[in-house]
Amino acid sequence: MKTRYLPLIATIIVFVSLYLWGALQFDNFFSMRVFTNLFTDNAFLVITAIGMTFVILSGGIDLSVGSMIACVGVSVAVLIEHYQFHPILAFTIVLISAWMFGTFMGILIERYKLPPFIVTLAGMFFLRGLSFVISIESIPITHPFYDEIADFSIPVIGGGNLTASTVIMLIVLIIAVFLAHYTRFGRNVYAVGGNESSARLLGVPVSRTIINTYAFNSFLAALSGIVFSFYTFSGYSLAAMGLELDAIASVVIGGTLLTGGVGFVVGTVFGVLIQGVIQTIISFDGTLNSWWTKIFIGLLLFVFIAMQRLISSGHILVYFKNMKGRVIGDTKADTTRY
Amino acid sequence: MLTISDRKEKTIVLKEIMQSRLFWPIFVLLLLLAFNLINDPSFFAIEIKQGRLFGSVIDILNRAAPIALLALGMTLVIATGGIDLSVGAVIAISGAVCAYLIQNEIVTSTPLIILAGIGVALIAGLWNGILVSILGIQPIIATLILMVAGRGIAQLITGGQILTFDHVGFEFIGGGTLFGIPFSIVLVVLTYGVTFLVLRKTALGLFIASIGANPTASYFAGIREPQIKILVYMFSGLCAGLAGMILTSDIQGADANNAGLWSELDAILAVVVGGTALTGGRYYIGPTLIGVLILQTMTTTILTNGLPVQFTHIVKAAVVILVMLIMSPQFRGELNRLRTNKTKEII
Repeated sequence: MKTRYLPLIATIIVFVSLYLWGALQFDNFFSMRVFTNLFTDNAFLVITAIGMTFVILSGGIDLSVGSMIACVGVSVAVLIEHYQFHPILAFTIVLISAWMFGTFMGILIERYKLPPFIVTLAGMFFLRGLSFVISIESIPITHPFYDEIADFSIPVIGGGNLTASTVIMLIVLIIAVFLAHYTRFGRNVYAVGGNESSARLLGVPVSRTIINTYAFNSFLAALSGIVFSFYTFSGYSLAAMGLELDAIASVVIGGTLLTGGVGFVVGTVFGVLIQGVIQTIISFDGTLNSWWTKIFIGLLLFVFIAMQRLISSGHILVYFKNMKGRVIGDTKADTTRY
Repeated sequence: MLTISDRKEKTIVLKEIMQSRLFWPIFVLLLLLAFNLINDPSFFAIEIKQGRLFGSVIDILNRAAPIALLALGMTLVIATGGIDLSVGAVIAISGAVCAYLIQNEIVTSTPLIILAGIGVALIAGLWNGILVSILGIQPIIATLILMVAGRGIAQLITGGQILTFDHVGFEFIGGGTLFGIPFSIVLVVLTYGVTFLVLRKTALGLFIASIGANPTASYFAGIREPQIKILVYMFSGLCAGLAGMILTSDIQGADANNAGLWSELDAILAVVVGGTALTGGRYYIGPTLIGVLILQTMTTTILTNGLPVQFTHIVKAAVVILVMLIMSPQFRGELNRLRTNKTKEII
């Protein structure tokens, strides 16, 4: 077995065992309804985490996705409710603007060599501020189109339902897996994340790849914002606070290295689902408080990262023998992009 | 950077650094202050009320104190090529611990409460340091763990509620005055002063910069990287703990959810605006302080000029990108090329 699959397999094992543990603890946990609800509740997070996977694979990071979701929600709500746009038209406008915004951030990062961390941090402040300027209050969306979407569902055996959000998420997932593993763009992203200089020497269009990655991520974040508005039926400027952290945590738990170049889109989906299962277990339990979610996720992050370190450095014993040399060699490579 | 033994050369080098690095941050700060002075001639007025200094400038300094402390620790962490995302969570934890101890009357003496607050902050820093230097995890994820889990831990301590308290001694940290100056400002000045002295008068400052600049070379030069990194992360934790105690004692309550929320981002912004590159190897403590003042002056300016609060974020984003662009060699190159092309056309 190739070691690069190990983190992915570990993630899937953690997900399955958490789910089974929940099933043993509570009645009705092991049902199709709970399982499909897991997707409905986390569809928006999966979509934006997939975009984040591409950015992290390319060796960057994007902190602006949470604000993007809020900003998209508010913009869509205002366009539909105040300007009487048809939702589809509003979505198109928002998605194109998001793509342009991502391109702009990508240009700042790639062309002027500004650190991705700072550029997307400014993007986060900008988008959050923009959504405050558009509307401070929560705007309910009452368009009949939204009712139709809410009514849409594909029944699954065992009382489960695939909602519109889940369907969109699955389509995004299929496209993303295809993009990552079967297209030139995907290979370029892996190459740039693995080693930017080598990629450049090999003739990979590094600039275009990085800029497109940020554009693609902002696009997916905007789509995630639209799906989020299906879920909440409103646009609120304070929505999705800190969501970028959940997305990054999902990517890391999913086995993608933050240094770039290594990881799988599918792993990210399981990363999100693990967080979803923890939340479901906590809500089923009823006595545990919501802050345990954060502590659990922190612990999981630690376990996964420590595991990745051990795997990526070969054997555990070798790791300890060579620790000093490796630490010094790696930290420089690790920190150059941040 | 200060390895050149010749004094004259040293001053020349220093001058060059000052001209390129300090110029723009100071310029932006002066611009902001000038704007304020034109708008409100009494902006710089300071009066004494009940033995305490009052005025817009004092207010800016006072409000900037927690971020100034965070940014100091952050500067050193960034200098070693790392980053500390957990400081916001450490603020929440140290505040929660202090409030918990006071409210449940476990500890009543002020020094012990402060020691407890500093203690947990140091432990948090130690944890980050161990992850980064011993386990060799990238700083950005190593500290992300505590950023996510830390707030949960703080909520665990406060029981998910806002703990309020009455304690004259502890309230002095955030609300007291020393010779008429708010104590938090005094604390910032003291911390910056001591840190500056320690970094300049001992080899520590050089070690920190050398680890960030070239880990391999500094390893062969015999610098103990793990120890210094752990020390730096613990220092960052300590600064966050102090900031947390200022914030907690100021509002006489610990809010695990919102105390210091996003303050790590503000601190990083301040460091970067001050000209310290995120790649490490160089650090500038004075300019970091100017970066903090720029951010706080901007916020206060927006608030006092009647602009809706919503614009704070947008203006902040715009200023940060502008400052970063001005400092980017690529952008300067393009500007220069444009300028030379224009002059050529004129000729």
